[in-house]
Amino acid sequence: MAQHRKSVLGRLDWLTVLLVFLLVGTGIMAVYTSEYTSFSEPFFDMQRSHMKQLMFFGISCFIGLVIIFTDSKLFFSLANLSYLFGILLLLVTFVVGGEVKGSHSFIKLGSFTFQPGEACKIFTALCLARFLAAADTKFNTLRHRLIAAGIVLLPCLLIILQNETGLALVYFAFFFPMYREGLPNSILLIGITSVVLFLSSLLVERLPLFIAITVVALLSVWVLWRQIQKQKAVILFIVGAWLIAVTFSQLIVPYVFKNVFKGYQVERIYSMLGQDVPLEFQKPGQLAGKDADYNVRQSKIAIGSGGLTGKGIMNGTQTKYSFVPEQHTDFVFCGIGEQFGFIGSTLLVLLYLALMLRILFIAERQRSTFSRVYAYSVASILFFHFAINLSMTMGLAPVIGITLPMLSYGGTSLMSFSILLAIMLRLDADRHILIR
Amino acid sequence: MKNFAESPRAWIIASLFAIMGIVLVARLFNLQVIEEKYELMANDQAIYRKIIYPARGAIVDRNGKPMLYNNVTFDLMVTPSLVGKYNSMDTATFCQILGLDTTSFSKEMTKVIKKTGKEKPGVFKAEISKELNARLQENMYLFAGFELVERSARSYPKAAGALMLGYLSEVTPAMLATDRFASYRQGDYVGMSGLENVYEEELRGTRGVQYLVRDVMNRPRDAYKDGTMDTAAIGGKELELYIDAELQAYGEKLMSGKMGSAVAIDPKTGGILAMVSAPSFDPNLLTGEAKGRNFAELSKMATKPLYNYATQGSYMPGSTFKPITGLVGLDVGAITPSFGYPCGGGYYACGKRIGCTHSGGGHAANLRVAMANSCNAYFVDVFRKVVDFKDYGGVHTGLQKWHDYMINFGFGHPLGVDITGELGGQIPDSSYFNRMYKGNWNSCNMAIIGMGQGEIALTPMQIANAMCLIANKGYYYTPHFVRKIGGDANHPKLAKYKEKHTPMHITADAYQAIIDGMEMVVTNGTGKVARLPGINVAGKTGTVENYAVVYGKKTKLDNHSVFVCFAPKEDPKIAIAVVVQNSGYGATWAGPVASLMMEKYLTDSVDVKRKALEDKMFNANLIKKYTYVIDSMQREKDRIRWELKMADKNMQAAMAKRGDTILVDRMMEKFYKIKK
Repeated sequence: MAQHRKSVLGRLDWLTVLLVFLLVGTGIMAVYTSEYTSFSEPFFDMQRSHMKQLMFFGISCFIGLVIIFTDSKLFFSLANLSYLFGILLLLVTFVVGGEVKGSHSFIKLGSFTFQPGEACKIFTALCLARFLAAADTKFNTLRHRLIAAGIVLLPCLLIILQNETGLALVYFAFFFPMYREGLPNSILLIGITSVVLFLSSLLVERLPLFIAITVVALLSVWVLWRQIQKQKAVILFIVGAWLIAVTFSQLIVPYVFKNVFKGYQVERIYSMLGQDVPLEFQKPGQLAGKDADYNVRQSKIAIGSGGLTGKGIMNGTQTKYSFVPEQHTDFVFCGIGEQFGFIGSTLLVLLYLALMLRILFIAERQRSTFSRVYAYSVASILFFHFAINLSMTMGLAPVIGITLPMLSYGGTSLMSFSILLAIMLRLDADRHILIR
Repeated sequence: MKNFAESPRAWIIASLFAIMGIVLVARLFNLQVIEEKYELMANDQAIYRKIIYPARGAIVDRNGKPMLYNNVTFDLMVTPSLVGKYNSMDTATFCQILGLDTTSFSKEMTKVIKKTGKEKPGVFKAEISKELNARLQENMYLFAGFELVERSARSYPKAAGALMLGYLSEVTPAMLATDRFASYRQGDYVGMSGLENVYEEELRGTRGVQYLVRDVMNRPRDAYKDGTMDTAAIGGKELELYIDAELQAYGEKLMSGKMGSAVAIDPKTGGILAMVSAPSFDPNLLTGEAKGRNFAELSKMATKPLYNYATQGSYMPGSTFKPITGLVGLDVGAITPSFGYPCGGGYYACGKRIGCTHSGGGHAANLRVAMANSCNAYFVDVFRKVVDFKDYGGVHTGLQKWHDYMINFGFGHPLGVDITGELGGQIPDSSYFNRMYKGNWNSCNMAIIGMGQGEIALTPMQIANAMCLIANKGYYYTPHFVRKIGGDANHPKLAKYKEKHTPMHITADAYQAIIDGMEMVVTNGTGKVARLPGINVAGKTGTVENYAVVYGKKTKLDNHSVFVCFAPKEDPKIAIAVVVQNSGYGATWAGPVASLMMEKYLTDSVDVKRKALEDKMFNANLIKKYTYVIDSMQREKDRIRWELKMADKNMQAAMAKRGDTILVDRMMEKFYKIKK
């Protein structure tokens, strides 16, 4: 074990660092090019977004370095305390919180706005990791499972109350590490299935969806044929699942949309997906084919117009001329899609996948459960941000304000991800030590 | 340390991540590679196709003097569907700049939508002033959907030649539906009449297109793809005319206060030197903001200044037709130059007397003398001799033969002058008289055609062209205005004006006899007023009786004064036909006008001795009061006819819709006794 003798920097996982730096670089470039109008504007202008983002990056690097040079045991010991601190911050926000775009999740300190919910992800990850790593935790018992769920859902609930649904949704990422530590398969299966089913019953026509569900059911019969022969209940389970899925997508969703929801509610749901309300769900008197949500429509146009190879750097007409709202923050991906096309966008997706899989790999090589759970949490949070943000910009998921990690403009987001990753890297540097 | 491969759940989570990645890439593929609509939508939003209008071709006279100038004006165009799409429209500021109130704003908007629809740009306000343009340009980005489009407009330094030059206006929906204007867009300017219309394709040039990228506020920002897709505008071609701008302006001044026309043609080329239609108007009236109002006013005037008296006015030529009658007589062989008629002050061979101003013996002793004295009897007799000529075996074929001559001389059909709206006058043939007299007629029925009266009508352009034919002793070129297009005299569009017409191949001797007669008209006869020192002028006076129906009665009006001439006799450089309506003897008004124009053209100045005559012409007002009476009666008649037509139309529409309304049913029942 020669690694013990190396310095902490030598033991750092530089591949992860490289991937993160690549992403941050891409982000600064995306912010710069989407603001670019002419060369005559000074590049080094601190008022401009890309320079601010560079500054945030510098600060993040500094914070990261500080974390790297601390003791890895510090995080274990501070986990519960930080969690309590986080919850307190969330509660304080209710009292002193300012309002930004209808959400009450910000604390203002002078010119600096701070979102406790963002930081609380780190604290929750640490706390959950410590709980699952504790010697007396028996995660196969319902009691401990409920406690773990409680740790996650408490901040989630508070954030929902602050009207920041998007951020709250990210807390469901913690079910991945819990699953890894022993939550039953069925929970993951049911969770994913219902999300997919809900979105697809809105996005896909009814007949193809019916066919798809049936095909999936028949496939699972074929895959599980041996078990079915052993146990007749399995076929009942599959048929039941199929029935539920079909009833939900073919009967319940259309019924609710037609008879329960008001016209504006249907409209809002579809417009969050950037879709026009289908004819069958249009109420009498409602304008046919009303324009879908402007943001998503513009975002789809920007990405779609990129084509295979893109319009070329700084030639993105849609982003450059501000057709896409919030193109520095939540819709930063539009700039990539438009300027670099399908090839560039795919590369970016691959870059993210590489980072997340690398983190999973790191997670699995940890000696201590604490580090593993924490790393899983980091990967899952990244995944949720990545999946939801990109789906949203492409009109696959409703528009909920959620940033693209490392790429979106904004200090809080960049710094919180930096801290999240820095802690993971610090723990990974001590992966042979049992941290508890 | 565990291995990644040992944990199946790690694999499941990793696969989930990967599946999500695949889903996203698939979606990207769908959006970016398969779907093409997004690219179109993006272009639609961000790329702005700016049409660059080239400068319209100039028009210069024979000496290179500009007949008009090009000015740049701006039209305020609007695409209604874009208004307020990207930013909320600041209507108040907009109205304040334009000096509108909000109701007239929405009224204009409705008008545009009605005219061109919501998606296409239409003209919101045409030809706006410079100051307004400057103020709008500053604030244009505030008003999404509006744009200022450059147009070329004209201004006219000499304020002359309005009808021949024509005017520019916004292309009409009806024109857009035709093949010729299919490539135009609503709001484009086209030549509506005159040379501007006929040479539209040459004058307009080629439009350029500039692709600009615009931002979300609809502000143009950059050239799209560095302007590589742009095409440059190519300016229109210059028209060089035969017109002498000085002569044109002088002619219009001479004809002021009169109704009628003066046409001067260069016989050698058929090039029109001046075409005056009186009353004339300032072509500057049909430019700029007041165009519509001025046009309406001009069309309301009793003297009809928008009517081209030179190419649309039909007149009996009167005595100016006598050279033609004589020419046909000579060519047919009905007479010789020495033929004489014993006129004693009238023609009695057809029963009813046809009067002649002279009665003295020998005033029609031969063709030359008869022409100089303008003997009516002589030419009535010649005409009858022609149509009753023995070789033809009957008046029907005789008249047809005469008709052939006329058609070949350019009468009875439009000559093909290169401006719009030319008419052909009237030359009767035997079927015309068959209809009129139910087949029972002879040469006596139409004898007065020989002296240019009766069932014959010519335009001043045709009369002037006939003078060219005589002056050239046997040929003419179709009269036309344009000498060169873009410096090219052999432009394909001018080819038909290079064609030499030699009607009926009449001998030069016959022409010479007529020319000698016409010379004597000026030296010793009725046309002495046209004498010019040192230049041999050939001419012919005409005094045309004419009638109008006033209060249901055929009323004799004042005679039209007509004069034709050409000079110099040996080498003709100019041929002129002048008609002054309801003014008197040919030598009193038309003669001086023709003579002065001729002098001006041939000597570049007018003799001081003739200043008094010139002033008389400048200042005379010969527009008779009854012109207004006849006009208002005609308008009243037209109005009643129109009202009846509309009532009929409404009635039919009501009948068609009758199924829908009980009211109409009842009306039907009540007034028309129609029961449903």
